[in-house]
Amino acid sequence: MNQTFDWDAAGDALPLLLEGFRVTLLATVLGTLVAAVLGLAIAVAGRAPSRFVTVPVKAVMEFVRATPLLVQLVGAAALFTSVEPLTIGIVVLGIHYATYTSEVYRAGIDGVPKGQWEACRALSMSPRRTWQAVILPQAVRNVLPALGNYAISMFKETPFLAVITVHEMVFEARSYGADHFAYTEAFTLAGLVFLVASYPTSLLMRKLEKRLGH
Amino acid sequence: MSDFFSTLLDELPQVGAGLWVTVQATVLGSLLALLLSFTLGLAAGSGLLLVRGVSRTVVEFFRGTSLYIQLFWLYYAMPQLTGYELTPLLCGVVAFGLNYGAYGSEIVRGAINSVPRAQYEAAVALNMTPLHRMRKVILPQAWVQMIPPFTNLLIQLLKCTPLLWLISAADFMTTIEHIRSLTGETLTAYLLLLAVYFVLAYTLTLLMNLLERSAKRRLGLHTGGRSLLRTRTAEAVTTTGGTR
Repeated sequence: MNQTFDWDAAGDALPLLLEGFRVTLLATVLGTLVAAVLGLAIAVAGRAPSRFVTVPVKAVMEFVRATPLLVQLVGAAALFTSVEPLTIGIVVLGIHYATYTSEVYRAGIDGVPKGQWEACRALSMSPRRTWQAVILPQAVRNVLPALGNYAISMFKETPFLAVITVHEMVFEARSYGADHFAYTEAFTLAGLVFLVASYPTSLLMRKLEKRLGH
Repeated sequence: MSDFFSTLLDELPQVGAGLWVTVQATVLGSLLALLLSFTLGLAAGSGLLLVRGVSRTVVEFFRGTSLYIQLFWLYYAMPQLTGYELTPLLCGVVAFGLNYGAYGSEIVRGAINSVPRAQYEAAVALNMTPLHRMRKVILPQAWVQMIPPFTNLLIQLLKCTPLLWLISAADFMTTIEHIRSLTGETLTAYLLLLAVYFVLAYTLTLLMNLLERSAKRRLGLHTGGRSLLRTRTAEAVTTTGGTR
């Protein structure tokens, strides 16, 4: 059965999709925040002097990274049934991406010249103050473009949240498609919205990265 | 717990079949991705503006629209528009191949660009044909650079295969989900799923490490045995291009 693209259905679906898009953006922004904060915590914990801290942190990180996000999401949603799906989605996305952003921070921290650490030691600064006042301000500035790239990757993985019934754009596309038998229009539009949103952002990030000399 | 594993034993043939579907999707999807990576990546270095333009457009299109949407478009929308229907597994293979092929083409492009310029010049000076130059000089060197990022990409691809569950291909996730719904053992089921995917990912890493070693050996670079066991688990595929 051949069917042509139904423009009326597309016009009908668009407002719904854009409403879902707000949830998509919200999940991306909050998820990125979780990943940015947690990633930093992992990176700092990975530099702890004790092996009892670094080895478990590294093992958990490798495990989270090598296993599918979808299984993590569905599993978390099935285990914590009383928590709102959007919250679960943001936390799981955040944790998943934190394992990647921690590497970014690690590289940023390694990029701080060794003399800076030694100077702090010579001034007998506390470890806390060393991190806060000297190391992190220098490390974080360099990692911003890479964090931005992970935010874009996360944006393109937010459709996974539809599986745990978060009402984001793809969830809306699927329910519209099922109700009106218009999967073609709904999914084509949703894909275009993704393209329109992500391509300019990635161009912008590339410019920023060049500017900072990466 | 014991309930879960006794049901698992009863359903062992289905579980095995599911695992086989997952492995097939991963292997066939990555073969398609590899083929596309090289096609698009080499086209991106072409002297003809048209070829370059087509390659860039295809790459940006498949990277910009989400994999999830591509898969669902193939499964739901394409039969409506064209009348052709793919089996769920084939939908998965095509979607994974197209999406990761687009990311992979950037790896190929970056690796070819990273081969020192002097190598090109030497090959030109020796009057090699472009094909000969690519095959004997540029690609063997670029290939070594490509393997680590390709490993990342492969694991990313493997991590996306549970999506097949959503388009009712009877993959590994589907079979375990089924057993979970029979027994109600949520925690055990998901921990088992995660563990199996982890084992698959680590196996892939080991195979790619072997491949890297043999590629390096062909260039006369020898690596020790220790590097074979190293994990190089997935790095998220990032959007901006260039050498990664």
